Amino acid sequence: MDEKAVRQKIIDIIAEIAIDEDLSNLDDNVKLRDQLDLDSMDFLDVVMELKKRYKIEVPTEDYPKLATLKSCIEYLGPSFH
Amino acid sequence: MNIYDTLIIGAGMSGLAAGIRLAMFDQKVCILERHKVPGGLNSYYERKGRKLDVGLHAMTNFARRGERGRPLTKLLKQLRIPYEKLELSQQNFSKILFPDNSISFSNDPQLLIEEIERNFPQQKDNFARLLKLVTDFDDVNLNNKQQSAKKKVREIISDERLLEMIFCPLLIYGSAWENDMDFSQFVIMFKSIYLEGFSRPKNGVRTIINLLLEKFTQLGGELRLGTGVKTIDVEKGAVAGVTLDSGEKIQSSRILSSIGLPETMSIVSEGRESAVVGNMSFTETILFFDKKPGDKEIKETIIFYNENDKYDYKRPQTLYDYRSAVICFPNNFVCDDYEEGIIRVTFIANSEKWNELDKKTYLQNKQEVRDKALALVARLFPEFQANLLYHDVFTPITITRFTGHFDGAVYGTTQKARDGRTGIKNLFICGTDQGFLGIVGAMLSGISMANLHCLMKGEKA
Ligand SMILES: Cc1cc2nc3c(=O)[nH]c(=O)nc-3n(C[C@H](O)[C@H](O)[C@H](O)COP(=O)(O)OP(=O)(O)OC[C@H]3O[C@@H](n4cnc5c(N)ncnc54)[C@H](O)[C@@H]3O)c2cc1C
Repeated sequence: MDEKAVRQKIIDIIAEIAIDEDLSNLDDNVKLRDQLDLDSMDFLDVVMELKKRYKIEVPTEDYPKLATLKSCIEYLGPSFH
Repeated sequence: MNIYDTLIIGAGMSGLAAGIRLAMFDQKVCILERHKVPGGLNSYYERKGRKLDVGLHAMTNFARRGERGRPLTKLLKQLRIPYEKLELSQQNFSKILFPDNSISFSNDPQLLIEEIERNFPQQKDNFARLLKLVTDFDDVNLNNKQQSAKKKVREIISDERLLEMIFCPLLIYGSAWENDMDFSQFVIMFKSIYLEGFSRPKNGVRTIINLLLEKFTQLGGELRLGTGVKTIDVEKGAVAGVTLDSGEKIQSSRILSSIGLPETMSIVSEGRESAVVGNMSFTETILFFDKKPGDKEIKETIIFYNENDKYDYKRPQTLYDYRSAVICFPNNFVCDDYEEGIIRVTFIANSEKWNELDKKTYLQNKQEVRDKALALVARLFPEFQANLLYHDVFTPITITRFTGHFDGAVYGTTQKARDGRTGIKNLFICGTDQGFLGIVGAMLSGISMANLHCLMKGEKA
Protein backbone atom coordinates (compact mmCIF):
# COMPACT_ATOMS: atom_id res chain seq x y z
CA MET A 1 0.00 0.00 0.00
CA ASP A 2 1.39 3.41 -0.87
CA GLU A 3 2.06 6.16 1.63
CA LYS A 4 -0.89 8.20 0.52
CA ALA A 5 -3.30 5.35 1.16
CA VAL A 6 -1.80 4.66 4.59
CA ARG A 7 -2.04 8.36 5.43
CA GLN A 8 -5.70 8.39 4.45
CA LYS A 9 -6.46 5.36 6.62
CA ILE A 10 -4.88 7.05 9.62
CA ILE A 11 -6.76 10.27 8.94
CA ASP A 12 -10.02 8.32 8.71
CA ILE A 13 -9.42 6.92 12.18
CA ILE A 14 -8.60 10.33 13.62
CA ALA A 15 -11.69 11.78 11.94
CA GLU A 16 -13.86 9.29 13.73
CA ILE A 17 -12.27 10.01 17.10
CA ALA A 18 -11.98 13.79 16.86
CA ILE A 19 -15.44 14.38 15.44
CA ASP A 20 -15.49 18.11 16.02
CA GLU A 21 -12.12 18.88 14.39
CA ASP A 22 -11.09 20.09 10.95
CA LEU A 23 -8.50 17.70 9.49
CA SER A 24 -8.01 19.26 6.08
CA ASN A 25 -4.78 21.12 6.89
CA LEU A 26 -2.76 18.69 8.98
CA ASP A 27 1.02 19.08 8.85
CA ASP A 28 2.66 15.65 8.64
CA ASN A 29 5.73 16.76 10.57
CA VAL A 30 4.05 18.42 13.53
CA LYS A 31 2.86 16.43 16.54
CA LEU A 32 -0.80 15.49 16.22
CA ARG A 33 -1.29 16.48 19.86
CA ASP A 34 -0.17 20.02 19.05
CA GLN A 35 -2.52 20.38 16.11
CA LEU A 36 -5.57 18.65 17.51
CA ASP A 37 -7.25 18.25 20.87
CA LEU A 38 -6.02 14.70 21.41
CA ASP A 39 -4.97 13.41 24.81
CA SER A 40 -3.70 10.05 25.98
CA MET A 41 -7.23 8.65 26.16
CA ASP A 42 -7.67 9.51 22.50
CA PHE A 43 -4.38 7.89 21.50
CA LEU A 44 -5.65 4.76 23.17
CA ASP A 45 -8.60 4.99 20.80
CA VAL A 46 -6.32 5.29 17.78
CA VAL A 47 -4.56 2.12 18.91
CA MET A 48 -7.83 0.31 19.47
CA GLU A 49 -9.25 1.38 16.12
CA LEU A 50 -6.09 0.05 14.42
CA LYS A 51 -6.69 -3.26 16.09
CA LYS A 52 -10.42 -3.30 15.42
CA ARG A 53 -10.18 -2.32 11.75
CA TYR A 54 -6.87 -3.80 10.59
CA LYS A 55 -5.83 -6.22 13.34
CA ILE A 56 -2.70 -4.16 13.87
CA GLU A 57 -1.38 -4.36 17.45
CA VAL A 58 0.65 -1.47 18.82
CA PRO A 59 2.46 -2.31 22.08
CA THR A 60 2.45 0.42 24.75
CA GLU A 61 6.17 1.12 24.35
CA ASP A 62 5.58 2.02 20.70
CA TYR A 63 2.91 4.69 21.38
CA PRO A 64 5.48 7.50 20.92
CA LYS A 65 5.83 6.35 17.31
CA LEU A 66 2.31 7.58 16.67
CA ALA A 67 3.23 11.19 17.50
CA THR A 68 3.15 12.73 14.00
CA LEU A 69 1.43 11.69 10.79
CA LYS A 70 4.88 11.10 9.27
CA SER A 71 5.99 8.81 12.08
CA CYS A 72 2.64 7.01 11.95
CA ILE A 73 3.07 6.32 8.24
CA GLU A 74 6.66 5.06 8.75
CA TYR A 75 5.75 2.89 11.69
CA LEU A 76 2.42 1.52 10.50
CA GLY A 77 3.16 1.39 6.75
CA PRO A 78 4.69 -2.12 6.78
CA SER A 79 1.73 -3.47 8.76
CA PHE A 80 -0.75 -2.51 6.02
CA HIS A 81 0.18 -5.09 3.40
CA MET B 1 -25.87 -19.83 27.89
CA ASN B 2 -24.70 -16.29 27.21
CA ILE B 3 -21.18 -15.43 28.26
CA TYR B 4 -20.33 -11.74 28.35
CA ASP B 5 -16.98 -9.98 28.23
CA THR B 6 -18.33 -7.42 30.70
CA LEU B 7 -21.59 -7.03 32.59
CA ILE B 8 -22.48 -3.56 33.80
CA ILE B 9 -24.81 -3.15 36.77
CA GLY B 10 -26.94 -0.01 36.55
CA ALA B 11 -28.03 2.11 33.58
CA GLY B 12 -27.30 5.51 35.14
CA MET B 13 -24.98 8.01 33.51
CA SER B 14 -21.83 6.08 34.40
CA GLY B 15 -23.10 2.64 33.39
CA LEU B 16 -24.37 3.88 30.04
CA ALA B 17 -21.14 5.73 29.26
CA ALA B 18 -19.04 2.69 30.21
CA GLY B 19 -21.27 0.50 28.06
CA ILE B 20 -20.72 2.68 25.01
CA ARG B 21 -16.95 2.43 25.36
CA LEU B 22 -17.03 -1.36 25.57
CA ALA B 23 -19.53 -1.85 22.77
CA MET B 24 -17.46 0.51 20.62
CA PHE B 25 -14.56 -1.89 20.79
CA ASP B 26 -16.61 -4.98 20.11
CA GLN B 27 -16.97 -6.37 23.58
CA LYS B 28 -20.01 -8.46 24.26
CA VAL B 29 -21.55 -6.25 26.91
CA CYS B 30 -24.88 -6.12 28.70
CA ILE B 31 -26.21 -3.45 31.07
CA LEU B 32 -28.56 -4.73 33.76
CA GLU B 33 -30.94 -2.16 35.27
CA ARG B 34 -33.49 -2.91 37.96
CA HIS B 35 -35.71 0.05 37.20
CA LYS B 36 -37.99 0.21 34.13
CA VAL B 37 -36.44 3.51 33.02
CA PRO B 38 -32.73 4.24 32.61
CA GLY B 39 -30.98 7.27 34.14
CA GLY B 40 -30.66 6.36 37.82
CA LEU B 41 -30.17 9.41 40.04
CA ASN B 42 -30.75 11.56 37.01
CA SER B 43 -33.70 9.90 35.38
CA TYR B 44 -37.06 11.35 34.35
CA TYR B 45 -40.75 10.74 34.80
CA GLU B 46 -44.10 12.09 33.76
CA ARG B 47 -47.04 13.20 35.90
CA LYS B 48 -50.30 14.72 34.71
CA GLY B 49 -48.80 15.38 31.31
CA ARG B 50 -45.84 17.22 32.81
CA LYS B 51 -42.31 16.10 32.14
CA LEU B 52 -40.13 16.01 35.24
CA ASP B 53 -36.43 15.41 35.65
CA VAL B 54 -35.40 13.58 38.80
CA GLY B 55 -32.19 15.39 39.39
CA LEU B 56 -31.28 17.89 36.75
CA HIS B 57 -30.76 21.41 37.97
CA ALA B 58 -27.98 22.11 35.55
CA MET B 59 -25.16 20.36 33.87
CA THR B 60 -21.82 21.48 35.26
CA ASN B 61 -18.63 21.75 33.16
CA PHE B 62 -19.99 23.97 30.41
CA ALA B 63 -17.66 24.12 27.38
CA ARG B 64 -17.99 25.69 23.97
CA ARG B 65 -17.83 23.49 20.89
CA GLY B 66 -14.33 22.13 20.41
CA GLU B 67 -12.96 23.97 23.47
CA ARG B 68 -9.75 22.15 24.32
CA GLY B 69 -8.93 20.15 27.40
CA ARG B 70 -12.39 20.50 28.95
CA PRO B 71 -14.00 17.47 30.64
CA LEU B 72 -17.19 17.85 28.59
CA THR B 73 -15.33 17.97 25.27
CA LYS B 74 -13.24 14.98 26.34
CA LEU B 75 -16.19 12.88 27.25
CA LEU B 76 -18.15 13.67 24.09
CA LYS B 77 -15.08 12.71 22.08
CA GLN B 78 -14.69 9.45 23.93
CA LEU B 79 -18.36 8.63 23.36
CA ARG B 80 -18.24 9.98 19.79
CA ILE B 81 -21.31 12.09 20.32
CA PRO B 82 -21.27 15.39 18.43
CA TYR B 83 -21.40 18.49 20.64
CA GLU B 84 -24.39 19.96 18.78
CA LYS B 85 -26.59 17.03 19.74
CA LEU B 86 -26.78 18.25 23.34
CA GLU B 87 -28.18 21.63 22.23
CA LEU B 88 -26.76 23.24 25.36
CA SER B 89 -28.21 26.44 26.63
CA GLN B 90 -26.17 28.50 29.11
CA GLN B 91 -27.25 29.82 32.49
CA ASN B 92 -27.99 33.49 33.00
CA PHE B 93 -26.04 33.67 36.25
CA SER B 94 -26.20 32.07 39.68
CA LYS B 95 -25.86 33.41 43.18
CA ILE B 96 -24.53 32.40 46.57
CA LEU B 97 -26.81 34.11 49.04
CA PHE B 98 -25.70 34.46 52.68
CA PRO B 99 -27.13 36.80 55.35
CA ASP B 100 -24.82 39.78 54.78
CA ASN B 101 -23.31 39.00 51.43
CA SER B 102 -24.07 37.66 48.02
CA ILE B 103 -21.70 36.48 45.32
CA SER B 104 -22.90 36.04 41.75
CA PHE B 105 -21.13 33.91 39.18
CA SER B 106 -21.71 32.91 35.59
CA ASN B 107 -19.95 30.92 32.89
CA ASP B 108 -17.45 33.76 32.66
CA PRO B 109 -15.12 33.47 35.70
CA GLN B 110 -14.48 37.21 35.51
CA LEU B 111 -17.84 37.89 37.18
CA LEU B 112 -16.88 35.76 40.18
CA ILE B 113 -13.52 37.52 40.49
CA GLU B 114 -15.20 40.94 40.40
CA GLU B 115 -17.86 39.91 42.88
CA ILE B 116 -15.27 38.69 45.36
CA GLU B 117 -13.31 41.88 44.91
CA ARG B 118 -16.46 43.90 45.59
CA ASN B 119 -17.54 41.96 48.69
CA PHE B 120 -14.20 40.92 50.11
CA PRO B 121 -11.66 43.48 48.85
CA GLN B 122 -9.05 42.27 51.31
CA GLN B 123 -9.22 38.76 49.90
CA LYS B 124 -8.59 39.78 46.30
CA ASP B 125 -4.99 38.57 46.15
CA ASN B 126 -5.72 35.48 48.20
CA PHE B 127 -8.47 34.50 45.81
CA ALA B 128 -6.09 34.96 42.89
CA ARG B 129 -3.71 32.57 44.67
CA LEU B 130 -6.49 30.07 45.18
CA LEU B 131 -7.36 30.27 41.49
CA LYS B 132 -3.77 29.53 40.58
CA LEU B 133 -3.60 26.58 42.97
CA VAL B 134 -6.79 25.16 41.48
CA THR B 135 -5.81 25.57 37.84
CA ASP B 136 -2.38 24.03 38.39
CA PHE B 137 -3.65 21.00 40.31
CA ASP B 138 -3.93 17.58 38.65
CA ASP B 139 -7.37 16.86 40.07
CA VAL B 140 -8.28 13.71 38.15
CA ASN B 141 -5.10 11.80 38.96
CA LEU B 142 -6.38 8.53 40.41
CA ASN B 143 -3.43 8.31 42.80
CA ASN B 144 -4.05 11.58 44.64
CA LYS B 145 -3.95 11.24 48.40
CA GLN B 146 -7.06 12.22 50.33
CA GLN B 147 -6.75 15.52 52.19
CA SER B 148 -9.10 18.05 53.77
CA ALA B 149 -10.03 20.80 51.31
CA LYS B 150 -11.06 23.23 54.05
CA LYS B 151 -7.69 22.91 55.73
CA LYS B 152 -5.88 23.60 52.48
CA VAL B 153 -8.10 26.48 51.38
CA ARG B 154 -7.94 28.04 54.86
CA GLU B 155 -4.18 28.41 54.37
CA ILE B 156 -4.98 30.81 51.53
CA ILE B 157 -8.38 32.41 52.21
CA SER B 158 -8.19 34.12 55.61
CA ASP B 159 -11.79 35.34 55.81
CA GLU B 160 -13.93 32.49 57.09
CA ARG B 161 -17.12 34.07 55.69
CA LEU B 162 -15.74 33.98 52.16
CA LEU B 163 -14.46 30.45 52.65
CA GLU B 164 -17.93 29.28 53.68
CA MET B 165 -19.48 30.94 50.65
CA ILE B 166 -16.98 29.41 48.24
CA PHE B 167 -17.57 25.95 49.67
CA CYS B 168 -21.37 26.11 49.74
CA PRO B 169 -22.21 25.22 46.10
CA LEU B 170 -19.28 22.82 45.86
CA LEU B 171 -20.37 20.84 48.91
CA ILE B 172 -24.02 20.51 48.03
CA TYR B 173 -23.30 19.69 44.39
CA GLY B 174 -20.85 16.94 45.12
CA SER B 175 -19.60 16.10 48.58
CA ALA B 176 -20.21 12.80 50.32
CA TRP B 177 -18.36 14.18 53.35
CA GLU B 178 -20.03 16.41 55.90
CA ASN B 179 -18.84 20.03 56.08
CA ASP B 180 -15.71 19.31 54.07
CA MET B 181 -14.53 17.49 50.99
CA ASP B 182 -11.48 15.83 49.62
CA PHE B 183 -9.18 18.44 48.07
CA SER B 184 -9.13 16.72 44.65
CA GLN B 185 -12.91 16.71 44.68
CA PHE B 186 -12.86 20.39 45.68
CA VAL B 187 -10.72 21.22 42.65
CA ILE B 188 -12.89 19.15 40.30
CA MET B 189 -16.02 20.88 41.58
CA PHE B 190 -14.42 24.34 41.62
CA LYS B 191 -13.46 24.06 37.97
CA SER B 192 -16.74 22.49 36.94
CA ILE B 193 -18.92 25.15 38.63
CA TYR B 194 -16.91 28.38 38.91
CA LEU B 195 -14.55 28.18 35.95
CA GLU B 196 -16.68 26.25 33.43
CA GLY B 197 -20.21 26.77 34.69
CA PHE B 198 -23.80 25.67 34.17
CA SER B 199 -25.83 24.83 31.12
CA ARG B 200 -28.85 22.75 30.27
CA PRO B 201 -29.45 20.42 27.35
CA LYS B 202 -32.60 21.15 25.37
CA ASN B 203 -35.47 19.14 26.89
CA GLY B 204 -33.39 18.33 29.94
CA VAL B 205 -31.96 15.02 30.99
CA ARG B 206 -34.03 13.04 28.45
CA THR B 207 -31.78 14.38 25.72
CA ILE B 208 -28.64 13.02 27.37
CA ILE B 209 -30.13 9.66 28.24
CA ASN B 210 -31.58 9.21 24.75
CA LEU B 211 -28.25 10.07 23.13
CA LEU B 212 -26.46 7.55 25.33
CA LEU B 213 -29.06 4.84 24.71
CA GLU B 214 -29.08 5.40 20.98
CA LYS B 215 -25.30 5.19 20.76
CA PHE B 216 -25.10 2.12 22.96
CA THR B 217 -27.68 0.13 21.02
CA GLN B 218 -26.31 1.26 17.64
CA LEU B 219 -22.97 -0.21 18.65
CA GLY B 220 -24.60 -3.52 19.46
CA GLY B 221 -24.78 -3.20 23.25
CA GLU B 222 -27.55 -4.97 25.10
CA LEU B 223 -29.67 -3.26 27.75
CA ARG B 224 -32.05 -5.14 30.00
CA LEU B 225 -34.46 -2.91 31.91
CA GLY B 226 -36.54 -4.23 34.80
CA THR B 227 -33.68 -6.63 35.47
CA GLY B 228 -32.23 -6.38 38.96
CA VAL B 229 -29.07 -8.14 40.06
CA LYS B 230 -29.67 -10.14 43.23
CA THR B 231 -26.13 -11.42 43.76
CA ILE B 232 -22.73 -11.02 42.22
CA ASP B 233 -21.39 -14.53 42.11
CA VAL B 234 -17.78 -14.84 43.16
CA GLU B 235 -15.83 -18.05 43.03
CA LYS B 236 -12.41 -18.35 44.65
CA GLY B 237 -12.03 -14.60 44.92
CA ALA B 238 -12.87 -13.86 41.27
CA VAL B 239 -16.05 -12.83 39.49
CA ALA B 240 -18.01 -15.61 37.78
CA GLY B 241 -21.28 -13.89 36.91
CA VAL B 242 -24.53 -12.69 38.44
CA THR B 243 -27.85 -14.07 39.60
CA LEU B 244 -30.84 -11.90 38.74
CA ASP B 245 -33.88 -11.17 40.90
CA SER B 246 -35.73 -13.67 38.70
CA GLY B 247 -33.23 -16.40 39.56
CA GLU B 248 -31.68 -16.40 36.08
CA LYS B 249 -27.90 -16.69 36.05
CA ILE B 250 -25.61 -14.86 33.63
CA GLN B 251 -21.94 -15.66 33.20
CA SER B 252 -19.28 -13.04 32.81
CA SER B 253 -15.66 -12.84 33.76
CA ARG B 254 -15.82 -9.12 34.46
CA ILE B 255 -18.30 -6.83 36.19
CA LEU B 256 -18.45 -3.07 36.34
CA SER B 257 -20.88 -1.94 39.01
CA SER B 258 -22.32 1.57 39.18
CA ILE B 259 -24.72 0.96 42.07
CA GLY B 260 -22.37 2.21 44.82
CA LEU B 261 -19.61 0.55 46.82
CA PRO B 262 -21.54 -0.57 49.95
CA GLU B 263 -24.46 -1.54 47.69
CA THR B 264 -22.18 -3.64 45.50
CA MET B 265 -20.42 -5.32 48.41
CA SER B 266 -23.77 -6.18 50.00
CA ILE B 267 -24.71 -8.40 47.06
CA VAL B 268 -21.37 -10.12 46.60
CA SER B 269 -21.74 -13.83 47.32
CA GLU B 270 -18.41 -14.29 49.08
CA GLY B 271 -15.52 -12.29 50.51
CA ARG B 272 -17.45 -9.11 51.11
CA GLU B 273 -15.91 -6.16 52.86
CA SER B 274 -18.21 -3.26 53.59
CA ALA B 275 -17.71 0.46 53.09
CA VAL B 276 -19.58 3.00 55.19
CA VAL B 277 -22.83 4.38 53.84
CA GLY B 278 -22.81 8.14 53.24
CA ASN B 279 -24.83 10.54 55.37
CA MET B 280 -25.87 13.10 52.80
CA SER B 281 -29.36 12.95 51.43
CA PHE B 282 -31.90 15.49 50.26
CA THR B 283 -35.50 16.35 49.66
CA GLU B 284 -36.40 17.86 46.32
CA THR B 285 -39.52 19.91 45.71
CA ILE B 286 -40.58 20.68 42.16
CA LEU B 287 -43.13 23.49 41.89
CA PHE B 288 -45.10 24.39 38.76
CA PHE B 289 -46.64 27.88 38.54
CA ASP B 290 -48.92 29.77 36.17
CA LYS B 291 -46.27 32.49 35.82
CA LYS B 292 -42.59 32.40 35.03
CA PRO B 293 -40.08 33.82 37.51
CA GLY B 294 -38.45 35.73 34.64
CA ASP B 295 -41.66 37.74 34.16
CA LYS B 296 -40.99 39.26 37.57
CA GLU B 297 -37.38 40.03 36.76
CA ILE B 298 -36.07 37.02 38.66
CA LYS B 299 -33.16 36.15 36.40
CA GLU B 300 -30.97 33.91 38.54
CA THR B 301 -30.54 30.34 37.30
CA ILE B 302 -29.55 28.78 40.62
CA ILE B 303 -29.43 30.27 44.10
CA PHE B 304 -27.38 28.70 46.87
CA TYR B 305 -29.13 30.02 49.91
CA ASN B 306 -27.92 29.92 53.51
CA GLU B 307 -29.35 31.65 56.59
CA ASN B 308 -26.15 31.83 58.66
CA ASP B 309 -22.56 32.90 58.17
CA LYS B 310 -21.55 29.30 58.58
CA TYR B 311 -22.87 26.73 56.15
CA ASP B 312 -23.99 23.58 57.93
CA TYR B 313 -23.57 20.87 55.34
CA LYS B 314 -24.31 17.81 57.40
CA ARG B 315 -27.05 15.33 58.18
CA PRO B 316 -29.56 17.31 60.25
CA GLN B 317 -31.04 16.16 63.56
CA THR B 318 -34.46 16.82 62.06
CA LEU B 319 -36.17 15.37 58.98
CA TYR B 320 -34.75 18.17 56.87
CA ASP B 321 -32.90 21.43 57.29
CA TYR B 322 -34.62 24.44 55.78
CA ARG B 323 -31.99 26.91 56.96
CA SER B 324 -30.18 26.33 53.70
CA ALA B 325 -31.37 25.38 50.24
CA VAL B 326 -30.61 25.20 46.56
CA ILE B 327 -33.25 27.01 44.54
CA CYS B 328 -33.18 26.27 40.85
CA PHE B 329 -35.06 28.13 38.11
CA PRO B 330 -35.06 25.83 35.06
CA ASN B 331 -36.75 28.55 32.96
CA ASN B 332 -33.74 30.81 33.44
CA PHE B 333 -31.37 29.38 30.89
CA VAL B 334 -30.87 31.21 27.61
CA CYS B 335 -33.48 28.95 26.01
CA ASP B 336 -36.54 28.08 28.03
CA ASP B 337 -38.10 24.68 27.27
CA TYR B 338 -41.13 25.08 29.46
CA GLU B 339 -44.63 26.48 29.05
CA GLU B 340 -45.07 26.96 32.79
CA GLY B 341 -42.96 28.53 35.50
CA ILE B 342 -40.90 26.04 37.47
CA ILE B 343 -38.95 26.34 40.69
CA ARG B 344 -37.03 23.48 42.31
CA VAL B 345 -35.98 23.59 45.96
CA THR B 346 -33.49 21.19 47.56
CA PHE B 347 -33.10 20.79 51.33
CA ILE B 348 -30.54 18.64 53.13
CA ALA B 349 -32.37 15.71 54.77
CA ASN B 350 -31.91 12.92 57.28
CA SER B 351 -32.82 9.57 55.73
CA GLU B 352 -32.96 7.71 59.04
CA LYS B 353 -35.61 10.07 60.36
CA TRP B 354 -37.69 9.71 57.18
CA ASN B 355 -37.43 5.95 57.52
CA GLU B 356 -39.01 6.01 60.97
CA LEU B 357 -42.27 7.59 59.78
CA ASP B 358 -45.51 5.73 59.21
CA LYS B 359 -47.33 6.29 55.94
CA LYS B 360 -49.60 9.05 57.22
CA THR B 361 -46.89 11.15 58.90
CA TYR B 362 -44.66 10.58 55.89
CA LEU B 363 -47.24 12.16 53.60
CA GLN B 364 -47.87 15.00 56.04
CA ASN B 365 -44.18 15.77 56.20
CA LYS B 366 -43.89 15.79 52.43
CA GLN B 367 -46.60 18.47 52.43
CA GLU B 368 -44.60 20.41 54.99
CA VAL B 369 -41.48 20.24 52.85
CA ARG B 370 -43.50 21.74 50.01
CA ASP B 371 -44.84 24.47 52.31
CA LYS B 372 -41.34 25.32 53.53
CA ALA B 373 -40.14 25.51 49.94
CA LEU B 374 -43.03 27.81 48.99
CA ALA B 375 -42.42 29.96 52.06
CA LEU B 376 -38.75 30.33 51.18
CA VAL B 377 -39.57 31.40 47.64
CA ALA B 378 -42.17 33.86 48.95
CA ARG B 379 -39.70 35.33 51.43
CA LEU B 380 -36.89 35.76 48.92
CA PHE B 381 -39.15 36.94 46.09
CA PRO B 382 -42.23 38.64 47.53
CA GLU B 383 -42.91 40.14 44.10
CA PHE B 384 -43.46 36.67 42.62
CA GLN B 385 -47.22 36.25 42.99
CA ALA B 386 -48.25 33.13 41.11
CA ASN B 387 -50.62 30.21 41.49
CA LEU B 388 -49.23 26.79 42.19
CA LEU B 389 -50.48 24.44 39.46
CA TYR B 390 -48.77 21.25 40.41
CA HIS B 391 -46.00 20.01 42.64
CA ASP B 392 -44.03 16.92 43.48
CA VAL B 393 -41.78 16.24 46.44
CA PHE B 394 -39.27 13.47 46.76
CA THR B 395 -37.43 12.36 49.86
CA PRO B 396 -34.49 10.11 50.80
CA ILE B 397 -36.99 7.22 50.78
CA THR B 398 -37.89 7.95 47.16
CA ILE B 399 -34.22 8.04 46.18
CA THR B 400 -33.56 4.65 47.75
CA ARG B 401 -36.68 3.14 46.23
CA PHE B 402 -35.83 4.19 42.69
CA THR B 403 -32.04 3.98 42.64
CA GLY B 404 -31.14 1.46 45.35
CA HIS B 405 -28.67 3.85 47.01
CA PHE B 406 -28.64 2.97 50.73
CA ASP B 407 -29.97 5.75 52.97
CA GLY B 408 -30.77 7.85 49.89
CA ALA B 409 -27.08 8.83 49.89
CA VAL B 410 -26.98 10.78 46.64
CA TYR B 411 -23.20 11.26 46.77
CA GLY B 412 -22.48 7.76 48.03
CA THR B 413 -19.90 6.63 50.54
CA THR B 414 -17.10 8.76 52.00
CA GLN B 415 -14.66 5.93 51.24
CA LYS B 416 -14.34 6.24 47.48
CA ALA B 417 -12.68 3.55 45.38
CA ARG B 418 -10.82 6.04 43.21
CA ASP B 419 -9.04 3.41 41.13
CA GLY B 420 -12.28 1.41 40.84
CA ARG B 421 -10.89 -1.68 42.55
CA THR B 422 -12.93 -3.64 45.09
CA GLY B 423 -10.55 -6.29 46.40
CA ILE B 424 -12.40 -8.88 44.35
CA LYS B 425 -10.76 -9.91 41.12
CA ASN B 426 -12.51 -8.48 38.04
CA LEU B 427 -15.16 -6.63 40.02
CA PHE B 428 -14.83 -2.89 39.50
CA ILE B 429 -16.76 0.20 40.60
CA CYS B 430 -17.72 3.13 38.41
CA GLY B 431 -19.83 6.25 38.97
CA THR B 432 -20.67 7.87 42.27
CA ASP B 433 -18.47 5.69 44.48
CA GLN B 434 -15.47 5.75 42.20
CA GLY B 435 -15.56 9.41 43.09
CA PHE B 436 -16.48 11.45 40.01
CA LEU B 437 -19.92 12.90 40.64
CA GLY B 438 -22.71 14.70 38.88
CA ILE B 439 -23.83 14.06 35.33
CA VAL B 440 -20.56 14.90 33.63
CA GLY B 441 -18.49 13.34 36.41
CA ALA B 442 -20.43 10.08 36.36
CA MET B 443 -20.06 9.76 32.59
CA LEU B 444 -16.32 10.45 32.84
CA SER B 445 -16.06 7.87 35.57
CA GLY B 446 -17.76 5.24 33.43
CA ILE B 447 -15.45 6.05 30.55
CA SER B 448 -12.24 6.01 32.54
CA MET B 449 -13.05 2.83 34.46
CA ALA B 450 -14.05 1.05 31.23
CA ASN B 451 -10.81 2.18 29.59
CA LEU B 452 -8.62 1.29 32.54
CA HIS B 453 -10.06 -2.05 33.61
CA CYS B 454 -11.85 -3.43 30.57
CA LEU B 455 -10.06 -2.12 27.49
CA MET B 456 -6.43 -1.35 28.28
CA LYS B 457 -5.05 -4.53 29.76
CA GLY B 458 -7.48 -7.37 29.50
CA GLU B 459 -9.22 -6.27 26.31
CA LYS B 460 -11.34 -9.24 25.37
CA ALA B 461 -11.74 -11.33 28.49
C1 LIG C 1 -32.14 15.60 43.50
C2 LIG C 1 -30.88 15.46 42.71
C3 LIG C 1 -30.40 16.54 41.98
C4 LIG C 1 -29.23 16.41 41.21
N1 LIG C 1 -28.85 17.48 40.46
C5 LIG C 1 -27.79 17.37 39.64
C6 LIG C 1 -27.46 18.43 38.77
O1 LIG C 1 -28.15 19.44 38.70
N2 LIG C 1 -26.36 18.31 37.99
C7 LIG C 1 -25.58 17.19 38.04
O2 LIG C 1 -24.60 17.13 37.29
N3 LIG C 1 -25.87 16.17 38.86
C8 LIG C 1 -26.96 16.23 39.66
N4 LIG C 1 -27.27 15.18 40.49
C9 LIG C 1 -26.29 14.09 40.63
C10 LIG C 1 -26.30 13.12 39.49
O3 LIG C 1 -27.63 12.78 39.19
C11 LIG C 1 -25.55 11.84 39.88
O4 LIG C 1 -24.29 12.17 40.40
C12 LIG C 1 -25.33 10.89 38.71
O5 LIG C 1 -26.53 10.73 37.99
C13 LIG C 1 -24.82 9.54 39.24
O6 LIG C 1 -24.79 8.57 38.24
P1 LIG C 1 -24.25 7.10 38.52
O7 LIG C 1 -24.21 6.40 37.22
O8 LIG C 1 -23.00 7.17 39.30
O9 LIG C 1 -25.27 6.39 39.52
P2 LIG C 1 -26.82 6.03 39.42
O10 LIG C 1 -27.52 7.06 38.62
O11 LIG C 1 -27.28 5.83 40.80
O12 LIG C 1 -26.88 4.65 38.63
C14 LIG C 1 -27.01 3.42 39.26
C15 LIG C 1 -28.11 2.60 38.60
O13 LIG C 1 -28.07 1.27 39.10
C16 LIG C 1 -29.38 0.77 39.26
N5 LIG C 1 -29.33 -0.32 40.24
C17 LIG C 1 -29.14 -0.23 41.58
N6 LIG C 1 -29.09 -1.46 42.14
C18 LIG C 1 -29.24 -2.35 41.13
C19 LIG C 1 -29.24 -3.79 41.06
N7 LIG C 1 -29.04 -4.55 42.14
N8 LIG C 1 -29.42 -4.36 39.83
C20 LIG C 1 -29.59 -3.62 38.71
N9 LIG C 1 -29.58 -2.27 38.73
C21 LIG C 1 -29.41 -1.64 39.92
C22 LIG C 1 -30.17 1.98 39.71
O14 LIG C 1 -31.55 1.79 39.43
C23 LIG C 1 -29.53 3.10 38.87
O15 LIG C 1 -30.19 3.27 37.65
C24 LIG C 1 -28.47 15.23 41.23
C25 LIG C 1 -28.95 14.13 41.96
C26 LIG C 1 -30.15 14.24 42.67
C27 LIG C 1 -30.68 13.01 43.40
